[in-house]
Amino acid sequence: MNQRQFNQPLRHRDDEGAAAPAVHIAVDRGHSADKSAAIKIRARDVNVFYGDKQALFDVGLDVPERAVTALIGPSGCGKSTFLRCINRMNDTIPGCTVRGRIELDGEDVNDRSIDPVVLRARVGMVFQKPNPFPKTIFENVAYGPRIHGLATGKAELEAIVESSLKRAGLWAEVADRLHQPGTGLSGGQQQRLVIARAIAVSPEVILMDEPCSALDPIATAKIEELIDELRNQYCIVIVTHSMAQAARVSQKTAFFHLGKLVEAGPTGEIFTNPRDSRTQDYITGRFG
Amino acid sequence: MLTWVALLALVLFSGTTYVAARRKVSAAAGGSPRNMHSLPGYYGAYVALWAGAPAALLVLLAAMFGGRLEDALLRVQPPAAVAQLTPAEQQVFFDDVRATAHNLQASETSYEGPMQAALQAKTAQARQLEALIAYGSVAAAAVLALSGVFLALRRIRPDFRARNKVEGWVAGLFIVCSVTAILTTVGIVGSLVWESLRFFHAVPLQDFLLGREWDPQIAMRSDQYASKGAFGAVPLFAGTFLIMIIAMIVAAPIGLFSAIYLSEYAGGLSRAVVKPLLEILAGVPTVVYGFFAALTVGPIFRSGFHALGEALAGGPLNSLALYLMSVQNQMALVAGAVMGIMLIPFVSSLSDDIINSVPQALRDGSLAMGATRSETVKKVVLPAALPGIMAAMLLAVSRAVGETMIVTMAAGLQAKMTINPLDTVTTVTVQIVTLLTGDQEFDSPKTLAAFGLGLTLFVVTFLLNIIALRIVQKYREQYD
Amino acid sequence: MTDAALPTAQPSLRQTVEARLKRRHAEELRFRFYGRAAIIVALLFLAVLVGRIVAQGYTTFVDYQLSLPVYVDPARVQVDDLSGANYDLLIADQTLARLGEKDDELGTQSGKLMELISTDLGFQVLEKVKADHSLIGKTITITGPVRADGQLYYKGQMKRTTDESERKLDNQQLAWLDRLKAKGLVKGGFNFGFLTKSDSTEPEQAGVLGAIVGSAMMLLVTASLAIPVGVLAATYLEEFAPKGRWSDLIEVNINNLAAVPSIVYGLLGLAVFINWLGVPRSSPLVGGLVMALMALPTVIIATRSALKAVPPSIREAALGVGASRTQTVFHHVLPLAMPGVMTGAILSLAHALGETAPLLMIGMISFVPGVPQGFTGAATVLPVQVFIWENASERAFEERTAAAILVLLTFMIIMNMAAILLRRRFERRW
Repeated sequence: MNQRQFNQPLRHRDDEGAAAPAVHIAVDRGHSADKSAAIKIRARDVNVFYGDKQALFDVGLDVPERAVTALIGPSGCGKSTFLRCINRMNDTIPGCTVRGRIELDGEDVNDRSIDPVVLRARVGMVFQKPNPFPKTIFENVAYGPRIHGLATGKAELEAIVESSLKRAGLWAEVADRLHQPGTGLSGGQQQRLVIARAIAVSPEVILMDEPCSALDPIATAKIEELIDELRNQYCIVIVTHSMAQAARVSQKTAFFHLGKLVEAGPTGEIFTNPRDSRTQDYITGRFG
Repeated sequence: MLTWVALLALVLFSGTTYVAARRKVSAAAGGSPRNMHSLPGYYGAYVALWAGAPAALLVLLAAMFGGRLEDALLRVQPPAAVAQLTPAEQQVFFDDVRATAHNLQASETSYEGPMQAALQAKTAQARQLEALIAYGSVAAAAVLALSGVFLALRRIRPDFRARNKVEGWVAGLFIVCSVTAILTTVGIVGSLVWESLRFFHAVPLQDFLLGREWDPQIAMRSDQYASKGAFGAVPLFAGTFLIMIIAMIVAAPIGLFSAIYLSEYAGGLSRAVVKPLLEILAGVPTVVYGFFAALTVGPIFRSGFHALGEALAGGPLNSLALYLMSVQNQMALVAGAVMGIMLIPFVSSLSDDIINSVPQALRDGSLAMGATRSETVKKVVLPAALPGIMAAMLLAVSRAVGETMIVTMAAGLQAKMTINPLDTVTTVTVQIVTLLTGDQEFDSPKTLAAFGLGLTLFVVTFLLNIIALRIVQKYREQYD
Repeated sequence: MTDAALPTAQPSLRQTVEARLKRRHAEELRFRFYGRAAIIVALLFLAVLVGRIVAQGYTTFVDYQLSLPVYVDPARVQVDDLSGANYDLLIADQTLARLGEKDDELGTQSGKLMELISTDLGFQVLEKVKADHSLIGKTITITGPVRADGQLYYKGQMKRTTDESERKLDNQQLAWLDRLKAKGLVKGGFNFGFLTKSDSTEPEQAGVLGAIVGSAMMLLVTASLAIPVGVLAATYLEEFAPKGRWSDLIEVNINNLAAVPSIVYGLLGLAVFINWLGVPRSSPLVGGLVMALMALPTVIIATRSALKAVPPSIREAALGVGASRTQTVFHHVLPLAMPGVMTGAILSLAHALGETAPLLMIGMISFVPGVPQGFTGAATVLPVQVFIWENASERAFEERTAAAILVLLTFMIIMNMAAILLRRRFERRW
């Protein structure tokens, strides 16, 4: 399992200037034994500022294709901030600036030529609290295809909605009430509806920001099951508070602390053999 | 004057009793607050309240109702010469009695013989009664104050629960103040309904609500021509509606779009500049808008239409041209447009609040799907905010319907049923003002008609407000 | 696990999205433009409104005063009948002589000259002679305004180029005005009279002092009723009242009262205060009572939200050291809420200052020459003064109306600034 030759430390680039803060070396030990697995997202030297306050320091991380990558760490550590950099949701926060390079399939998402609209169509997102639109279940799922013009006719749209709901494991529960408000569903169902809404545009990446923190254990189990199934088709990045959840659903885990990426690597290895004492402390529950 | 002196004396007196009571209880407790149930000030306040409050209430009541009491007493036994007059003439007589008694301008009626004697007798009686009521009430108040102090001072001992008693007074005051709001509503509904009933006694309700002719010019004397008058309010409703629609056509899109821009697009700086400016626009008194409408917008619109008419004259649209050349300053369009300007900040700030209360999570959800901002606004935010925005519009409609000064100054007086915005129309509020600002006797149907119109206005705006406030409340609960 | 195995949807998604992108961004720009246009239009209206009123009104603050030596002719002014003399004619005749003109038998010329000189000068002569009989036979110098039409000419609002039949003053009168000015008898200056005089039927003598005092007296009544009652009512509802059907009813009632058209309050005042309680018509007292009822819901709403902003921990702390509920509220909660309460109160008073419609119902529309005599005397207030002047037919009242609006707006802006400063100065974030 130990793939040492993959663990090239990601250094702070020297060409960033002399004023750069003390070099922080994050250790990314890759994600699996298979060294040929493709990297979907490659982040280097990501610094994020909210006004004057720096939220992320020189984060570098590789996110593998068709796997689940979990971002863990105590609250306020910057894991959600990093997640929101990937689909540029931080653009919507006034005063937030992102520096560094985040590549999606080798293209910098912050590049001028990249339209956030296209980026966000390719990178779907699921939020902490289920946020179905105050529309019918059908309209919620059809939202993405409609705005992006993915369906040419009503039949095609219906087909997309049906297959998305099926893939989200919600079809059986809502097939007979597609035209009732999505807000009328239970919390777990709402979260799966939101996932269906995200996959209806067939994105390449799905970001999940603590998707189960507002849910009960049974609903959580269902979502985790769903994440495990979706892993075969998508690159999934999930932020979670629960280490157990990270251990259950992810193949790669990255540990953030105080805005820095402390350590990243195959999930099993991070949990059984952490290199950094902070990771050790966190996973053994000494802080968090 | 006497009232003020009496009140001032009461304040001084109860202040003295406050000090006295404090001293008394402190002495009884051996100077130590530890031996008392409450702080010394509460004992003082307890006695001062009994000294001042009932007496002050009595003085105020006497000041408020003394005149009515005097009037009623004067009429108890009218002299024979007066008793045979008609009620209206009696009213004039007694008004003159009061005027003479107070050395005010009396009516121009000349009194002779027994009538003059009666006037003099009653005038003397009125002066006596007035003095009796004034000094009597002050004397009674003095008795009340003294006995209040006497009883209260006897009760206070160090173990007396003075704080609880004073707080009881405070609680009473609280409830009286809260009930004022209810009393205002009762007063509005009561006075409108009462006067309207008298009006509907003279003019049947269905004639008022369904009649299509409005001509309240009733003659003062019954033998004059046109004494009947016409009180069909439909043309007024039509005029009010027309101006309201024009105002909303101006205010709704501008107000809504500025709210959208302010809440969804504007940065902190432009928000900080634009919002106070809009607040200024909202704070401008309506009489100023009226002046602006009457002396700026009206002439501009009229000369604009006249110029257009001249340009079209002789062409295929000659009849239209002639019409355009005849429009007047008092177009419905002018009053409506200016009222629309007045409503812009109202619509904008209400909609801004509503749009801001749409949870950010919904915007994030939509943006994360790759929607543009405008798509997010149009497809997620506005549908979510729709009930609230509808309510805001209803409140704006209610404001437009009840707005008075702009239409009084810029709309006309002709009651016409038309949907032509270039025509002159009149509104419910204009007619209320017109009916009540002339010199009329209060009981004629003409003045009472104003209350009939007022009641209609109140009912309509009340329903609009209740519906709108209900919707807003439901809407807020949904996202809280 | 190679790229070839990826779903082929990937490029097609991107292409489909990009194909429509241009149109969607154009739509976005258009939408944003609508928003910006709406704001600009709204602000433009504000600029036009204020600019137009300033343009109409600023000339009021310039005023042309005549200084004339007047010989109090013993032949025309008798000691035993001072008020019987025609001082306007006396002044006109002497001024005519000074201009080197002769009057005809009908007195046409002096009549025309009297149209240029305010009656204020005649009054001044009368007052002076009344005070000191020895002035008869002497020459006194008096200063007073040029009459309204003359003022318009000096200010360039009445032009010589206008056809003679279409202006109030004929060519000869304009020539006289020019000569009076050339002789140095007329001086322009700041119009203090506008701020120190009260309403008058003569535009050049009309000022806003009476209306300002009337407004102040009315607001005093309003403030001393609405603020204590409103604050106590809000405190009761927020801090003491049991939550239930009764408090819901009061809440709905207050919200509704805040939205009742103002004219309805005027009808209430007319029916209840004037006809039932016999409060004198047109008085600051009845105006203040009506305004207090109107301001009450606003004060209550503002106070409640200020009280809501005080965190419960303050109350718990005070109750915890043994204070009663009344003491907690009066010693701790209300003082902390006071800035918010005062801000709301000032704003509602500013609103009351500008309110007009209900005052028309209660007779404040009458002509009141002079400062109101007490709270029960007849009075007028600033916005009603605006309304009265707007209805006046003389053209010279137009600029005075606009100037009265400027005075009104100045007071409102001062009050709003006070509220904003208060909020900035004492605002507390918990």
